[in-house]
Amino acid sequence: MGSRKSCAGSSAPAVLLSIVILILVGSTLYFHIAKTWWFPAAITPVGSQIDQQFFVTFIATGIVFVLAQLTLAWMVFRYRDHGQKARFVRGNHMLEVVWTTATLVIFVALGVMAAHAWGEVHFGGPEPGALQVEVTGVQFVWNFRYPGADGKFGRINPKDIDASTGNPLGLDPNDPAGKDDIVTGDLYLPVGREIELMLRSQDVVHSFFVRELRVKQDTVPGLVIPVHFTVTKPGDYEITCNQLCGLGHYHMHAMLHVLSDTDFQQWEQKQEAQNAQAGQ
Amino acid sequence: MSSHATTVHHSEAPKGWLRHYIFSLDHKIIGTQYILLGLSAVTIGMVLSVIMRIHLAWPNVHIWGFANGVVSPEDYLRVITMHGTLMVFFVLTTVPQSGFGNYFLPIQIGAPDMAFPTLNMLSFWLTFVSMLVLLSSAFVPGGSSISGWTAYAPLSAVGEIAGPGQGLGQTLWAVSIALFCGASLMSAINFLGTTIDLRAKGLSLMRMPLTVWGWFITASLALLAFGVLLAACILLLLDRLAMTSFFIPANLDVSGVLLKHAGGSPLLWQHLFWFFGHPEVYIAILPAMGIISHVLSTFSRKPVFGYKAMVYSLSAIGFLSFMVWGHHMFISGMNPYSALTFSILTLVIGVPSAIKTFNWLGTLWGARIQFTAAMLFAIGFVSLFVTGGLSGIFLAQPALDLYLHDTYYVIGHFHLIMGVAAIFAMFAATYYWFPKMFGHMMNETLGKIHFWMTFVGVYCIFMPMHYLGYAGDPRRYASIESVHYLFRLQPVYIFISIAAFVTAAAQLFFYFNFFWSIKRGKPAERNPWRATTLEWQVSTPVPHDNFAGHYPTVYRGPYEYSVPGAAEDFIPQDVAPEQVAKA
Repeated sequence: MGSRKSCAGSSAPAVLLSIVILILVGSTLYFHIAKTWWFPAAITPVGSQIDQQFFVTFIATGIVFVLAQLTLAWMVFRYRDHGQKARFVRGNHMLEVVWTTATLVIFVALGVMAAHAWGEVHFGGPEPGALQVEVTGVQFVWNFRYPGADGKFGRINPKDIDASTGNPLGLDPNDPAGKDDIVTGDLYLPVGREIELMLRSQDVVHSFFVRELRVKQDTVPGLVIPVHFTVTKPGDYEITCNQLCGLGHYHMHAMLHVLSDTDFQQWEQKQEAQNAQAGQ
Repeated sequence: MSSHATTVHHSEAPKGWLRHYIFSLDHKIIGTQYILLGLSAVTIGMVLSVIMRIHLAWPNVHIWGFANGVVSPEDYLRVITMHGTLMVFFVLTTVPQSGFGNYFLPIQIGAPDMAFPTLNMLSFWLTFVSMLVLLSSAFVPGGSSISGWTAYAPLSAVGEIAGPGQGLGQTLWAVSIALFCGASLMSAINFLGTTIDLRAKGLSLMRMPLTVWGWFITASLALLAFGVLLAACILLLLDRLAMTSFFIPANLDVSGVLLKHAGGSPLLWQHLFWFFGHPEVYIAILPAMGIISHVLSTFSRKPVFGYKAMVYSLSAIGFLSFMVWGHHMFISGMNPYSALTFSILTLVIGVPSAIKTFNWLGTLWGARIQFTAAMLFAIGFVSLFVTGGLSGIFLAQPALDLYLHDTYYVIGHFHLIMGVAAIFAMFAATYYWFPKMFGHMMNETLGKIHFWMTFVGVYCIFMPMHYLGYAGDPRRYASIESVHYLFRLQPVYIFISIAAFVTAAAQLFFYFNFFWSIKRGKPAERNPWRATTLEWQVSTPVPHDNFAGHYPTVYRGPYEYSVPGAAEDFIPQDVAPEQVAKA
């Protein structure tokens, strides 16, 4: 049984494997450069920061991806069994130290850079005068509540929850602050003004996601979770639920309408007028 | 360590069929039982994924077995929940560790059996019962659970009021997982005891094959992680059955009913679940890493590059794996400051994983690569591991995760790095060890066809899922009909589905090869791959007590290939230095 016995014959697997890996690298690069399926443009300043961090991470991981896969393809081809003797090497201390340090530095640097964009959203509060909107997830709809002219949210009493009588959030009818609260099924926001969303859930965990805002946040029963941002571009955007919440998870959907300042004021006045009418 | 040959049980196999094949104490039979259990689970899991792919690509196609042939939204969620649970627990956790580990750990360390053979048998049969309980949940009123394999509370905690499948189906899910935890804990103790106590003379820790290191560290993780999941499942069952409120806060209004529970925390479930769940990822992949190092070395005809670095990186991954669970919870409502800590620790755990990749490439460098089916799957593993690992760098950064979280990007990521990579290791292990297990060779041509279709297939399935994630496509959607921005992704869905069908079809080559070769394969020599470790030095079929009473002494490390001056290009671990033939 000498070494001649081993399957030195065919180079086909080596060539084929190298080609498959090359196609993998090529197609991956193509779809990331052509951006065939890609992020929609961000509509908040923080969103742009996040995109910048995405870009840096794409470059760093992209280089590693291409180098590692090409090295693998090359090794497979170069060191296919064509009768040579394998090199007897147990390892190399210097190399271990170098690649350990290099990956540590790159990975931690990425983490530290990314911390900034995260802190921007999550560490500071909103600017004073931000428009507060309460967002409530409930199987399988979103409800949005504005404080109305008095700037105060009315009290919620879970015993009063009754979607069939038009009180899906359980506004306490005895609290005057709740009389002018506006409750809607779509989210209307003014452009250029700081917004603070107060996220909550009535039943199970949901997750509020608007791609263009670069905001995704679980809504958790028992917690009120604030997020804040300023939208820079008017338009209509889709709100989806991203945490499995039951059989209707896939159609838990609403719209975000970002309006110019005047349009938003008009919309708000119209809602308040409707509220007043309903109250009489 | 030295006296086991005489004190542990004698070498006669039990006579009765029941004691020999069913309630066997022999680690080899038990290992095979685990592998067959995993094979059944992966088959069901794969059929479920084919159902998902048919439904997603062609929502109106009728599928046999569903009411009126229609996969309803709740059916779809039942399917994904069952798929995830079967695959994670009964395939990825079971086969690389309990299956191959049971079979080969004792032989590779020169032991007659596991340290606690009866406990070993109990572990298997408890796992078996656990799987029966899980599968039975599909046949109870309301059907099986729809809350995903992660079973987030309160959806999983409040009962059938939260939806079909959340009644008895969800209870059985929790019972099944609790039983599975018990079985895994017993198994972990056995693996640890065996590795520590039953090693052959001369087999120091730093001479253990990397497979043994993989199983050893995995067992440590299992011991620490499954206890927490067991506690979580018990608390969940109490919430469901005894009106406690561990995971249920006050004032929940579910389906128009105000619940009486109060005082619990939904995030507590997530913390407990992921405190298990992240080590679990490594429980699935560490044995795979060991197997890949082992196979790469054998068919490179080279020592593993940086053996010590491999051992230390395995240990570092194991240690760090308990400190990164929060990266599953960046957007959960957890304190945002802790997200940064978890983020940095997660990036740090990428370092030992990168070290492993570099060392695998180092092993190939200057090699003499033999492209057996086992080797092809091992090389495929390295490619998948690189791809799946790098997408993890995105998810480890909370600012990026908040866009990608719960999208198809995550599905693509964990399938490549945890699912498919571990399955490639299982295939490599099967092609590699089959001759020792069954005394026959598997067919190499069929094995290679299987590899090529599977390798290309899985990339075609899971790479496009990353692009779906960029487009913001949420996972676990039964249909895209309500979200306009998803409409243009339908062609991608169709492409993925076709790739999935081809990949599933490729597995038929494997099934046929596996079952046909058990009896009809070419008879195997004792050491067909000319490998160094102890399992290849014992006769085939392996005697009942593995070494027929002649326990080996180990003289060297596990990967002595192409040693200069030796006549053969491999030196078995148990050959005394003076008996090594010189060139």
